[in-house]
Formats: sequence, C-alpha cells, structure tokens
Amino acid sequence: MEAPRSGSFPTAKRCRLVPRPPPAPLEVAGARGPYMPPLCTKSKNPSAKCYGDRFIPDRSAMDMDMAYFLLTEPKKEKENTDMLSPAEEAYKRLLAEKLLNNRSRILTFRNKPPEPEGMVQQLFYETLTSSQTKPARKRRHIPQFSERTLDAPGIVDDFYLNILDWGCKNVMSIALGNTLYLWNSADGSITDLVTIDEDDGPITSVSWSCDGQRIAVGLNSSDIQLWDTSSNRMLRTLHGVHQSRVGSLAWNKNILTTGGMDGNIVNNDVRMRSHVVQIYRGHKDEVCGLRWSGSGQQLASGGNDNLVHIWDVSMASSNPSLGHNRWLHRFGDHLAAVKALAWCPFQSNLLASGGGGDDRHIRFWNTHTGLCLNSVCALLWNKNEKELLSAHGYVQNSLALWKYPSMVKLAELEDHTARVLCLAQSPDGFTVASVAADETLRLWQIFGTSEDVKPVVKTDNVRVGPWGTDCSYFQGLIALVV
Amino acid sequence: MASRTASKDIITLRGSAAIVSEFFGYAANSILYNRGVYPEESFTKVKKYGLTMLLTQDEGVKTFIANLNTQLSEWLEAGKLQRIVLVIMSKATSEVLERWNFSIQTDPEVVDKGVIKEKSDKEIMREIQAIMRQVASCITYLPCLDEPCIFDVLAYTDMDVAVPFTWVESDAKLIDNPQMVKLHSFDTKIHKVDTLVSYKVDEWDEE
Repeated sequence: MEAPRSGSFPTAKRCRLVPRPPPAPLEVAGARGPYMPPLCTKSKNPSAKCYGDRFIPDRSAMDMDMAYFLLTEPKKEKENTDMLSPAEEAYKRLLAEKLLNNRSRILTFRNKPPEPEGMVQQLFYETLTSSQTKPARKRRHIPQFSERTLDAPGIVDDFYLNILDWGCKNVMSIALGNTLYLWNSADGSITDLVTIDEDDGPITSVSWSCDGQRIAVGLNSSDIQLWDTSSNRMLRTLHGVHQSRVGSLAWNKNILTTGGMDGNIVNNDVRMRSHVVQIYRGHKDEVCGLRWSGSGQQLASGGNDNLVHIWDVSMASSNPSLGHNRWLHRFGDHLAAVKALAWCPFQSNLLASGGGGDDRHIRFWNTHTGLCLNSVCALLWNKNEKELLSAHGYVQNSLALWKYPSMVKLAELEDHTARVLCLAQSPDGFTVASVAADETLRLWQIFGTSEDVKPVVKTDNVRVGPWGTDCSYFQGLIALVV
Repeated sequence: MASRTASKDIITLRGSAAIVSEFFGYAANSILYNRGVYPEESFTKVKKYGLTMLLTQDEGVKTFIANLNTQLSEWLEAGKLQRIVLVIMSKATSEVLERWNFSIQTDPEVVDKGVIKEKSDKEIMREIQAIMRQVASCITYLPCLDEPCIFDVLAYTDMDVAVPFTWVESDAKLIDNPQMVKLHSFDTKIHKVDTLVSYKVDEWDEE
C-alpha cells in the first residue's frame, strides 16, 4: 500500500516540502493516496480530510481542484508534444495523406492556354462594336419613311415654280394655289398669310429673307409682294420687274433677286424706291432656279434653256440701264431645264445642279462628277455632313441621299407617289420638307438629329445679313412702306 | 521473321510514355473540338488511331499542348505522373464545368528495374481508338456549353517531383457534386490509363 502510493505520484517529493497538517487518527485508514496529495495547498479546511472511511465516501475529503488538475494535466502535456515533436508531425501528415488521398502534387502551367478568340457570335460582336465603331462614327439611321406627312391640296403641279421655303425662324412657307400658308414647325400651327386675287395668282415662288422675318412672294402676274410675318402685314409690292410670272426668288442680304419667265434676273434692293439694282440677261427662257452662294458673292441661276449661269457681284455694273452684266460662267451641259441648284455649305465654290426630265444628271461645277439620275427637281446639301439630297420627278418620284464626294447613294426614299417639286431644309439643318405633285408635304429626319452630330461644317449658307440685324435698313423699309 | 514480330511487340518505358503523352495530346484536341471550346474552323483533320482526328491550328493552343506533352513524357518516363486532368471552365466566371480525368497507373517494376513488357501496337491503338470514339460521343450526354469557355490542364504528380520553372501548384479545381461517367481504359502494360469525365449537372434538369 505504501510503495505504490509514493511511487505512483511524481509529486510525492514536493509533498514533503509542504508543511503537513498534524496526522489525524483516521487519516491512514481513509483515502490518503489519491485524495490527499500534498499539492492541495489551497484546501480551505485541511482538517475535514480526516473524516470518512473506506465505505462511506467523504465528500469533504474530495479535492476538486486536484481532480481537475489530474484530469487536465495529461491533456496539456499531450498537446505540447503534438506541437513539438517532429515524429508526431510526420505521423500526422502521413495519416492525412493516407486518409485524404493527398499523395500527389497538382501542377499546372504557369502560362495558360490562349483564350478562344472570336469565340462565335457573342465575342465577335463585342469586339466589332467596341473596336471598329469607336474610331469611325456609327452610321446614323436613315429613316425610310417620312416623319410626318401634311396635306397640300391644290398645289400647282408646275416644275418651274418654287413654292416651298423654310425660314430661319423655323417657319415653313408653302404656296398652294393662290394662298400662302405658314407652318410653324415648332408648334405645328398653320397661318393663312395671304390669298392672292385670282387675277394675280397663283403664287409662283416664295422665299424667306435671311433673317426669317420677311417673305417674298412671286406671283403669276409678275408682281412680287413683300410680307412681314411678325405682323402679317404686306410691306410693299414690287411692280414691273418682269414681264411675266416670277418663278424664282433668292435673297442676298437686302437684295431680293427675282427670276422671271422672261429670262431676266433682277436684283432688287428692297430698301430703295427704285428697287432694281441690276439686271442679268443671259437666259433665253424662264428662270426657274436661283441661288446665292453662301458668301453672297455669286449667284447661280438655272433656266428652262438648259443653261446654268454664275453671276458675280463684283462684275456687276451698278447701272441697270446698261444691261451689260455678263455672267462669270455659263454651263451648257444640262440637257433639260435646270431648276435644282445648291451651293455646297463646306466648299464655297462648289455648286451642284440637277437637270430636268431629259437630262437626269447632277453636275458639280468646279468638280467634275456626272451621275445618271432621273429628273432632278431639287437639291439640298446637308449642313452637318458631306451629303447631298436630291429630289426626283418622273420614273421614281423619290428622294436620294448622296455622300459627297464619293457619290455613294446612302439612301433612296420612295414615299411620294408623284414627282417631288421642291425641297426645303429646316434652320437647324436636320429636317427636310419635300412637297410633291401627290399633294403631300412630307417632313424627313434625313440629315440626322442634333444628338447624332455636332456640326462639323460651318454653315455658311445661312446668310446673316443686315436685314433684321441692321435696324436702319428695317426702318428704311418701314418708312418706305408708310 | 519471328524475331521481327517479337521486337515489334516489345514496349519500353520510353515508348509507353510517348504513347500516353501523344494520346493525351489527341484527346485534348478532340475534347476542345467536340466541346466547342475553340471555334470549329480552327481545327484540321488528320488520320490517327484509325480515326479522323481533329487538331487545332491555333498557334497558341498548339504550343501549349506541345509543351505539355514534353513535360508529361518526362514525368511518365520517371513514373511520377499519377493523373492528368483537363478542366473546362467558364470564361466569364471561371466556374469549372467539366473535368476530363486521365488516371495513370505506372508499373513500378518497369521504372525501377527496367523490365521490358510486351504488347502489340495494334492492340494499344485499338484501345485508344475506343476511348477516342467515346470522347467524341460524349456530346450526346454532356450538358451544353453555351457560354465561352477556357481550358486548363492539371498534372497530378508524385510529391517528390520538383516543380518545373514553367509550372505552378494549383488547387484541384473540383466540381461540387459532379456527375461522373467512366470511359474506356487503355493499357500499355507499363502505363494504364483510365479515363473519366465528371461534369456539372444541369440544375434545371433536376427540378
């Protein structure tokens, strides 16, 4: 009994160092061994250990602290060896390998295989849209149908007339028979400006002044009326300019140029009482196309004699009586009447002219591109892009949009059912109005929208002249009328 | 005459390694083609194993597989290669969609003692052919890979293999709860290759 007790306890030595309580009579008989390790110094009542016997457990003799120590001590020791012993570590690893089947090293190439490129549609389109279209501007959508169609009843179906114009105040004027209508494109309101007497009518030409305030109305009777659209008042009538109807009008600042059936082209200074400034004689037949260049230096005229004339302001003699105003250029290449004339907004010396039914060509003067088209009734340059819109009569009755100078046809719009007579462009250059013999007026968003393009081309054909900005001129005109 | 036929059937460790790595090259090409990882038009047809096999013409992929084969041969000859896994992952999410598992058992006797085994080329080819046919036919049951995918190859080697400079350790790229299909095996008497494809189950089919 004695031997195992002392031997089994490693703490026996220390036990003796601790001052022992005086031996109690029952101590030996009791569980002195396991229950009475001398370590239990914390025991509050050492005397209590003296109670109990072999059969009756003595709770007080149980040292819970010791029990705890005995229970936990070996555990801690084990943990420590686990961490420290390399042999244990190796064993553990081996065990894990065996159990987890982790006997191999998983290797892979540092360099990965190339990703599939052009991987079918999805990726292909991604690259296409991202890389290709960024440098090159996305091609804008060209609507194939007119945005709006307005009725134009009673329109005079006459090739030689110019009865549609769109002023810079965003008001469009159209003459239907004897009546001139104003259509405000901002709010869509329609004003019936004037109805001409049966004797004078019908209206053969309309043209907005450069400031969009005044409108010139050419009549079948050879008279030309000037109207102020802000007050809906007639400012004056120009009499006796031509012998017959006035089929074309063009403004250059305060100069109203009129082209008559008599083949004469007259520059009228509307501020002056004797308004005729110059007469250009060159056409032998009706003048049906008149356009001032953007700079206001040159006037292009087209006539029923198949000729195109370029008149230069600087060459004009100021004395109308001389009548010796010679043209700068005469182009006789067209084989039919030239009504469609358009100055290029980005190249001041470039004029496009389109011939009538027998000619079917658009010609570019100062360049040299001839194209086979059907009858060309009107031409418009896109102010924002290098594009040209042509309107056609017979055969197709369509509008065609051309890229300049490549002359690639971008779009053909076949909405009109009869020949297209006139074209007009909105002041911002994006909307085009076309009027046709089918008695419809159609509006096209053909030159894109303002979000599409920020103007790359300076619009120098919008002539901002003294008319409107120059008060003295306006006052002079009023004074004259009053 | 007899000696000639006999010599033909002898297979060395080196020859076996070449067969296995070559097999893996063709198998990888076939998988990439059949699973549409690379566009169809980037593959050309060649005759191999008595079949028409498709080999990629994409320079990048070609180089990758060639480099892989060189390294695999080296490990195979040393008997250190346990498994090759071709992993197909989604390009966008890197989620593992398919694992083509080629387990390799090397006869240790051959590596250690240089024992020479006998097996005719013809027989090996026939076994490989069966696997290739199975690979091609897998499209019928494998789920559609309807998104752009990329692939990678994992090599399971013995622990004592030094990691070559161009290689890195990787995780196993496992699929959670995969569906597995065991394909045919082939045996060169030195290397036994078991093929197994595991793939992600189409969830919406389960519903």
